[in-house]
Amino acid sequence: MAAVTPEVLTSTHVEKMKKKKLPKRYWEETEKTDQSQRRPEEEQGKAGQNQNKSTVKEKSLKRKNGESLEKKDPFPGEAPIPQKQLQKFQRGKKCKVPAGARERLKEAIAISEAMSEHAQKQAARYDLLLPEDAGFLEGDEDEDTNTISQADIADAVDITSGSKYFNLHLSQFGPYRLDYSRTGRNLLVGGKKGHVACIDWQTKDLKCEMNVMETVNDVKWLHTEAMFAVAQKRWLYIYDSKGVELHCVKKFNDVLRMQFLPYHFLLATASATGFLQYLDVSIGKEVAAICTKMGRLDVMAQNPHNAVIHLGHPNGTVSLWSPNQKESLVKMLCHRGAVRSLAVDKTGTYMVTSGLDRKLKVYDIRAFKPLHSCFLPAGASCLSLSQRGLLSAATGEIVQVYQNVLGSNPVSKPYMAHRLRGQIWGLAYCPFEDVLGIGHGEGFTSMIVPGAGEPNFDALDTNPYRSHKQRQEWEVKALLEKVQPELIGLDPGQLSKVDQASFEQRHKEQIEALGFDPLAKDKFKPRTKKKGRSSAGAIEKRKRKVAHEDQRVFLSLSLLSLFAIISHCSYYRHDDASHRRCNIFKQSD
Amino acid sequence: TTADFAVKTHIWTDDWQVHHLIEGSDDERKHKKLLEAIGSMGGRKRKKQNERSEASVQVSEYFVNAEGTGDKVNLSDLLGTVEKTSGASNKTKKQLRNLQSSKETLELPLNKQQTEKVSAEFSVQLLVSCWKNIILQNQKAEQMVFPLNQESSGPKRVEQVVAGWKVQTPLEQEIFRLLHGSRQPVNDPVLTPVEEQSLKAMSLEEAKIRRAELQKARALQSYYEAKAKREKKIKSKKYHKVQNKAKRKDFLKQFDEMVKTNPEGALEELKKMELSRMEERMSLKHQNSGKWAKSKAIMAKYDDSARKAMQEQLQMNKDLTQKMVVPSDDEHESIEEGLETVPDFVNDPETVIDPVNPWMRGQLTHEEPEVSCVTAEEVQTAEEENEEEEIIGEFERKRKLRQVVEEDVVEVSDKEEEDEDEEEDVSEFNTLFRLMRSEKTREGSNQTRGGLNTAGEEDEEGLLSEGQIRVRSIEDLEVLDEVVEPRAIEEPSAPQTAAAEATSEPPHKKKREINLKEVLTKEAKAVRLPFLPTVVDEEERDEQISIIKEAFAGDDVISDFIKDKSRQEAAGRPAVVDLTLPGWGEWGGVGLKPPRWKRKRFRIKTAPPPPRQDQKLPDVIISEKRTASVASHQVSQLPFPFQNTAQFESSIRTPIGSTWNTQTVVKNMTKPKVVTKLGAIIEPMVKEDFIKSKTTALWLLEIGHKKFVFSVLGIVGLHVNSCAFCL
Repeated sequence: MAAVTPEVLTSTHVEKMKKKKLPKRYWEETEKTDQSQRRPEEEQGKAGQNQNKSTVKEKSLKRKNGESLEKKDPFPGEAPIPQKQLQKFQRGKKCKVPAGARERLKEAIAISEAMSEHAQKQAARYDLLLPEDAGFLEGDEDEDTNTISQADIADAVDITSGSKYFNLHLSQFGPYRLDYSRTGRNLLVGGKKGHVACIDWQTKDLKCEMNVMETVNDVKWLHTEAMFAVAQKRWLYIYDSKGVELHCVKKFNDVLRMQFLPYHFLLATASATGFLQYLDVSIGKEVAAICTKMGRLDVMAQNPHNAVIHLGHPNGTVSLWSPNQKESLVKMLCHRGAVRSLAVDKTGTYMVTSGLDRKLKVYDIRAFKPLHSCFLPAGASCLSLSQRGLLSAATGEIVQVYQNVLGSNPVSKPYMAHRLRGQIWGLAYCPFEDVLGIGHGEGFTSMIVPGAGEPNFDALDTNPYRSHKQRQEWEVKALLEKVQPELIGLDPGQLSKVDQASFEQRHKEQIEALGFDPLAKDKFKPRTKKKGRSSAGAIEKRKRKVAHEDQRVFLSLSLLSLFAIISHCSYYRHDDASHRRCNIFKQSD
Repeated sequence: TTADFAVKTHIWTDDWQVHHLIEGSDDERKHKKLLEAIGSMGGRKRKKQNERSEASVQVSEYFVNAEGTGDKVNLSDLLGTVEKTSGASNKTKKQLRNLQSSKETLELPLNKQQTEKVSAEFSVQLLVSCWKNIILQNQKAEQMVFPLNQESSGPKRVEQVVAGWKVQTPLEQEIFRLLHGSRQPVNDPVLTPVEEQSLKAMSLEEAKIRRAELQKARALQSYYEAKAKREKKIKSKKYHKVQNKAKRKDFLKQFDEMVKTNPEGALEELKKMELSRMEERMSLKHQNSGKWAKSKAIMAKYDDSARKAMQEQLQMNKDLTQKMVVPSDDEHESIEEGLETVPDFVNDPETVIDPVNPWMRGQLTHEEPEVSCVTAEEVQTAEEENEEEEIIGEFERKRKLRQVVEEDVVEVSDKEEEDEDEEEDVSEFNTLFRLMRSEKTREGSNQTRGGLNTAGEEDEEGLLSEGQIRVRSIEDLEVLDEVVEPRAIEEPSAPQTAAAEATSEPPHKKKREINLKEVLTKEAKAVRLPFLPTVVDEEERDEQISIIKEAFAGDDVISDFIKDKSRQEAAGRPAVVDLTLPGWGEWGGVGLKPPRWKRKRFRIKTAPPPPRQDQKLPDVIISEKRTASVASHQVSQLPFPFQNTAQFESSIRTPIGSTWNTQTVVKNMTKPKVVTKLGAIIEPMVKEDFIKSKTTALWLLEIGHKKFVFSVLGIVGLHVNSCAFCL
């Protein structure tokens, strides 16, 4: 009885709805999809009750429309997450439970999968909190964006942004190198002729300024804006933000270029003598010193993805280094002439190089394959990649900015260009700002490049607006989370993989690392006996009794190594004698 | 069945009675005499009483005499009337008849030890089984909070709070005296009557559960008893043989099915088989080495059957020790391994490879026909704007003009010519490179080095001349800029020629060689600048030239690199082990070489190492060294439930740090496995803790048990009385 009447009612009700045509609400679409999503579940669960239930639902809906007796959630269930966002936070592939797996395995996989999914969903949900978008520059019709001058841009934008285009006329102390701090707040400039200054470039507040009275090859901020390193004529110096000399590191001599690995607290330096050295700034120790045997090292970049150092060489090769290996991880021939400059993008996917052969090449450094190359008539002396993947190249006195270089589409015309006076010596994008800093012979120029900086910053990692207290806290946390230099390698995910080396290999490595064999058997040492039985002769006799055992071990070892060379497992199949030898070997192990 | 029960008791009482009668006959006689004496005294003769008077206490029940004393009571005597009564159903009648006809006596119960053993087994099973679930559940639980049943931290009812409260202060005491004086209830009872009732009901439920358990145990026990007895009884060897055979057949059938449906299970079975095979191989069973076999061996000469028996034994041994052919996983594994070893770059976009670059690319035919060049140009230019075409045409004219002009001038300063030169050089280099690659395996690198040197020199020349371009004016610079374009356009024709040559080459060369130009370089595309580079001062130009000269001084980049790479490759290759001992088997001495057979036999070539990562990347050297530093932090052994590394790696693929996750997720992921309340005593778990919550489950168990008992009854059919409680 009860089931029949509502059906009739609903049908009429629906018709009415159609006639009235209620104003469309923005949530209607989602609601429909929700319903459609839930349908199959219902059908699966209660095929019999389906009809009944749906009618009840409609009834309640109707009541809501008519009298609004009960409040109903217009968006029932969890808010849907767009697939694209989910994909952004996807980590690795899902693992399927193999057929016939043990119960424990099933559970372990299920739990981990559930956790991963939960983490992914939550991360995707929180992506909502990154609302900022990157800017861009758009010209009029038939107008190339690269013809728009900086002055025009500065005039057009708001005052704060406009003030980001400025020049520092410092013609006295020669071409300048520069570095922005990780938060993008502070700027460090170092003139070739000894002028070093650090500036809060947004407020134009000069923190310190000095002349070190020596040639300055490079300047670099350390982990905070409280300390910076200056590579001077002979040694490496570390100053604090007031310009007080903290350290003179004499172990690091003739440094030409420096890179700071923020998560490892490592300062990597490349010297004129061909040494690549790593200084752990948290403990002040030299972690590794590698003789590259490649001559003068004046081209250097770091891969922010895996903390591998890239070095460019005069013979046209680019080599990749980690502090854990005395030889280069990878060496690739990139240019015919010397490599002049190189840059690696934030994701560690692309490397851009320029050489004396006046070419600009883009490499996929995961596959070590060239993607495309282009010919710059003037050649690029300096390269820099922004957080959003804009490439700036210094060709002579002109700075060109290219868009969409990374990827498969070839380089076309520059996105922006700016002419300066004097030779360009340093190029760096300011993090989280649409600003490109240029150090040149006549001083320093800050150039506005719309769309260069990452609009959203991680306040727990690099917060441009952090206070003094926050910086202190961050420093402690960062030190606690410091990544050990042993973990640097081509694959940063190496740690999450199972080491599949054999026991023998690991044992060999252990011996190498320790300098002795921890599993080695002690040499036979005869006990001292009394009553004249420990005379030299007696001891010798006793030694001789067991001497053959050592000999056997030695023999078997040599034979075994031979067998191992012949084939890895063939010695299992040999005759009894070899079996015995194997046993002895195992015992001796 | 009740009838049967009655019969049993009667038989039993009968025996007892007889026994007692024999024993007590003496007393009875006396008693009779006494009675008679008393009777005679009274004069009037008393009638002899044979009936039992129920009222008397002293009267023994053994006075009751059946008609035929000493006879056994039959069922028919007791239930004879059932046949005649019309009320009784036919079914029961039939059953009774059947019972009568059966002559079976009751079986003896198992002896005490055995019963105890069986019952102990079951009691233990039952005891353990009820804990099993909760233990498993706790093991699986992501987090355990101890003490186990903590009071909820939420708000409590007033009564619960008040219950533990005592009057302390004098004021309170006075108030309470007043309250009690008026007989008012101080507080509401904690439990309403209804609740208390329900609590009682719970206890009943528990009783039921207990009863169900007991019943189950009893039923199972009886079932097992019966089964044990039945199987004990059978002595026939043939029966067992048949049984075994049937079992085997059944198993084979099942196995065949399993192979199709459940291959994992089948593998398990196979493993079991393998184990049995191993056992068989280890034991001396079926090897005709026992006492019986020896005796048979003596007989075998004369007795055919003995021989047969022995052969059978051997056959059995053979069957059992036959190796099973297990479908190996090797293929699958190898595929997986392959997948793992394939470097990441396989997935990367490499679509746009246009492998031409003037300095690396080999123009393999020295002089390209002009026509083809033009056509290529046309194809390209057709796509581009007309303006450009015009420019190119103009440029072409200019170039020709210049060529004409400079024909008499010996100096090679023209860009175009230089280009051609360069290309020739490169092609020469490439051919040399190929030669070197192919010959290197056969002979030393002496010759190739020479070749490379020459190539290098020529190359260098080309480069140097490139460095010597004089830019005279802006117009010239413009021209130079445009020079680049047509060259870039011309280049695509190269791969075709390269392919042509590749086909002409013998195939065995092809496999080792990697075409440099295909992988190494890409076509350079000229970029138009918004600003033309300013005219460079003469001084600076000189400086630049000197820099370039310095950079290229005495080195041929490519050949150096190739040498370096080949050196690394050679270092990675395992050396040939030479075990020849001169003088063994033939003459030895200075200048005598060991013979060929010896070299063949004692020079051991080792298996080549896995292919290098940079095998297909001619311009890359990837170090094959293992980084031991990371290895010390890595997991080296697969943790327990995981079967392969992929499973484990995927289980730890999500980072748990707060850098990558939201706060809640981090908390969730890193929550401790065990949480204990500070200062709380952690009592051992009691049965009631978890049983209360699972009454419904046990109810289900009870139902299941009932069903089970009925099935047991169906099988045994005799132990009705044991299940009377249940019924």
